[in-house]
Amino acid sequence: MSATIHPSLATARRLPNLWDAVAILCVFGALIGGLHVAQGTLVRIDAPGATQISLDPANLPEYAVRTTLRMFAALFCSLLFTFTYGTAAAKSRRLGLVLVPILDILQSVPILGFLTFTVVFFMSLFPGKVIGLELAAIFAIFTSQAWNMAFSLYQSLKTVPADLAEACDSFHLSGWQRFWRLEVPFAVPGLVWNTMMSMSGGWFFVVASEAVSVGDNTWKLPGIGSYVALALEKQDIAAVIYAIVAMLVVILLYDQLLFRPLVAWSSKFRFETTAGATASDPWMLRLMRRTRLLQVVGGAVGDAVAALGGLRLSLRIRPRAAGQDKPSRVIDAIWLLVMLGVLAWAATRIVGFAATELAWSDLGEAVGLGLITLVRVVVLMILASLIWVPIGVWLGLRPVWARRAQPVAQFLAAFPANLLFPPFVLFIVYFHLSPDIWLTPLMVLGTQWYILFNVIAGAAAFPGDLREAADNFRVGGFLWWRKVIIPGIFTYYVTGAITASGGSWNAAIVAEVASWGETKLTAHGLGAYIAEATDKGDMARVVLGVVVMSAFVVAFNRLLWRPLYAFAQRRLTL
Amino acid sequence: MDARTPAQPCLLEVSNCRQAYHKDANADLVVLDGVNLRLREGEIVGLLGRSGSGKSTLLRIVSGLLKPTAGDVTWRGKRLDGPADGVAMVFQSFALFPWLTVQENVELGLEARGVARVEREKRAEDAIDLIGLGGFESAYPKELSGGMRQRVGLARALVVYPDLLLMDEPFSALDVLTAETLRTDLIDLWSEGKLPVKSVLMVTHNIEEAVLMCDRILVFSSNPGRVASELTVPFKHPRNRLDPDFRQMVDDIYALMTRRAVPEPRAATAPPISPLAMSLPRVGTNIMSGLLETLAADPYHGRADLPALAASLQYEADELLPLGETLQLLQLAVLEEGDIALTDLGRRYVEADTDERKQIFADALRAHVPLVKMIRQVLDERWNHRASAVRFRDELEDHMSPDYAADTLRTVIGWGRYAELFSYDEEAEQFSLEDIA
Repeated sequence: MSATIHPSLATARRLPNLWDAVAILCVFGALIGGLHVAQGTLVRIDAPGATQISLDPANLPEYAVRTTLRMFAALFCSLLFTFTYGTAAAKSRRLGLVLVPILDILQSVPILGFLTFTVVFFMSLFPGKVIGLELAAIFAIFTSQAWNMAFSLYQSLKTVPADLAEACDSFHLSGWQRFWRLEVPFAVPGLVWNTMMSMSGGWFFVVASEAVSVGDNTWKLPGIGSYVALALEKQDIAAVIYAIVAMLVVILLYDQLLFRPLVAWSSKFRFETTAGATASDPWMLRLMRRTRLLQVVGGAVGDAVAALGGLRLSLRIRPRAAGQDKPSRVIDAIWLLVMLGVLAWAATRIVGFAATELAWSDLGEAVGLGLITLVRVVVLMILASLIWVPIGVWLGLRPVWARRAQPVAQFLAAFPANLLFPPFVLFIVYFHLSPDIWLTPLMVLGTQWYILFNVIAGAAAFPGDLREAADNFRVGGFLWWRKVIIPGIFTYYVTGAITASGGSWNAAIVAEVASWGETKLTAHGLGAYIAEATDKGDMARVVLGVVVMSAFVVAFNRLLWRPLYAFAQRRLTL
Repeated sequence: MDARTPAQPCLLEVSNCRQAYHKDANADLVVLDGVNLRLREGEIVGLLGRSGSGKSTLLRIVSGLLKPTAGDVTWRGKRLDGPADGVAMVFQSFALFPWLTVQENVELGLEARGVARVEREKRAEDAIDLIGLGGFESAYPKELSGGMRQRVGLARALVVYPDLLLMDEPFSALDVLTAETLRTDLIDLWSEGKLPVKSVLMVTHNIEEAVLMCDRILVFSSNPGRVASELTVPFKHPRNRLDPDFRQMVDDIYALMTRRAVPEPRAATAPPISPLAMSLPRVGTNIMSGLLETLAADPYHGRADLPALAASLQYEADELLPLGETLQLLQLAVLEEGDIALTDLGRRYVEADTDERKQIFADALRAHVPLVKMIRQVLDERWNHRASAVRFRDELEDHMSPDYAADTLRTVIGWGRYAELFSYDEEAEQFSLEDIA
């Protein structure tokens, strides 16, 4: 608002412009759409049209809107969770001891396996109402979004620059002011990035969570996910393609309307004091900055937030001096005892539950199947790396191509890969291929792009002088890959590969079982084990499968990715 | 000195202040010990000392950001408990919020006090104009040069009308010319009475800066930090750096600081100090060779006046003194009365070729740096000639803070590698005798 405006432009700005008209249309359209959907959730479940889907493509826009609104409802919940859980974990040492490891585990648990049970739970909260199903779907999406966002906030809060923290203390900022003036702004870039990642992950779940069957009943919430499920049942390939196109449009829209502007805006909070090369503003941000109405509204909202953040709320009257006050050992001990008690109680419950329902052979079976899935993940990661690293390097070293390819790769990573399964399934059925081998690629269909766009980013950031030095000494061929570029992009590669491998484990639950009409393809693996147990409503085996899978993911991360990442950070960071 | 200005009321009093960090096994690490400080209205006081002398710690204690282990801090007659009203701080790193504009950064302290918006903006604009930032109100810190950023830091501190302005090495992150402009601007405002502060306390390791700006200088000694001496600067503002009296004072302080650096002779009955209690600064072998060569050549011919040497090399006292002391430790040079002089060994080193230099250096290390001697001894004794660095770092940490222990170890690794006394594998954190002839 304090931006200097050229006088002649300033007068022109005062009149409503064309952008205002566009903005008014958009705002009211969104409001009416939202209201319509909200009314729909209060309908009884057996009301006509409440849970019926039609394959008529004319319905797709409405389904797309409803699916998107579910996404944003979940995103809102994730943000609430992030700001409470993440803050508590960072601010309280004792809570942090418990909350951080829990978050770490939750990150690697494939929540998809629990879908059936969450549906039953939410439906019992609102018997006979559609809202129960809606909440279950939203909860499923939430579980795919919240953890990494909370982690991002936690880590930012823990790494606030010491000099700024001191400046806050020395200028008497209250805890509340400090949170909004220092800690939240500092966390914004990481949080925005993770929100974007979460959105991508959420699409995968939304498709899986809209059509749920519990026992003999199958409900389909109006949305793109259930549309696809119905298309698969009816073997309608045209409808599948319509859905894919609708999805492409939706992702393109929210990417352009929401995330591009958000990312550009958040770069202002990046903690660097040197002016970097700034990309031009995305068109949506320009629209928001140029539209008189949106400017006024945005300005008012901004001022309100600033005023709220400026309130001198604090638990303590004034900040205390740091240093000598040692934490109370007694309270520590009590806290530890309480935690041990909870732990013991949980352990007895689990053992009791497992003893009545499961035998040791079940564990053996699950671990065996886990090993098969592990082999799949490893082979896929190697294959994906062999394919995408050279391509990513090629693209990244050519700035023009990197600029074009980067958004495409990010877009592909956001696309819910399970929408692309049907063509694969058709292909396998038609050629009578082995599902054990040919279902496997589905697991990386959606996640391989993380490798690609991270490698592109790494290659694009590779210093020009090192490239010149390599050229100058005629380093070429295999030597160039081994000594020059691979170490140069390694940190980026590992970052991408961690995300890709984590996603692949999760995708296994959906990818190892696929169906086309009456034909059902099943591969051997832990994912299929969980999916089948879910179908049968066999809670004990779902839990066992999920626990074993979590153990595999955690072990994989701790034993391979973390050491690799630490090594890359230590030795290969430029 | 107290008698000279009895009229000015006392703002701040620090008595018998001690700051120590608790170590589990051994004695505490003492950073500050027995420090007394009285600050009256109307004076600029400088805390001058080397890095690690605890002067920044004292500043944080005075600001209320840190609570001393022992001793009292009285602010306007009341015990200080937490950041005090009427104290504002200027940071070495500027500590500006990159997401706030110049105006918003300056308003921060007022907002925290709940000053109404209209008044806030008015006062911020006044402070911005006063400090010469007019026109930059809507700029973000990253658009500004270092000098302009520190002006924002100053405006942000001044806008709250503090009684006491604290400055933590405010100009040390700036280039020479920018720093000088800022110093003179600040002193001009101070002399004209335009600064809305009653008193200034600044930390610096730049001797000339202290003599240029301060009315009183407390010189700190290191390990533990103590006030070694207190000097009154008798010159009127504006001061002339080329004035012979000014130069003499700078020389005297150099002499004072180098004299302090020589360890005091200990009585035979005193408890023995562990050979590992010696912390080593991050001084590389190239810079040591460079200084020795410079000393041997024209115009110094083996002896140089430290302030003159610092000026011609564009070094600050804080950089030159550790270098000189390291050479003195290895007996390649001696420091005396603000001069540095080559020893015979140092002269031999300069005249030697690369291999002989390494040999001289290796002998000096083994003779005078107990840690190097110990590492080599352990390596010689082990059947596989390997030893973990962690063990030596742990032992060092019994005697110094983890940061110093890490620095000391890093320095020793660099020296040992150059002297080819041992090799070091960074990945495994291991010393060995591989590749050592």
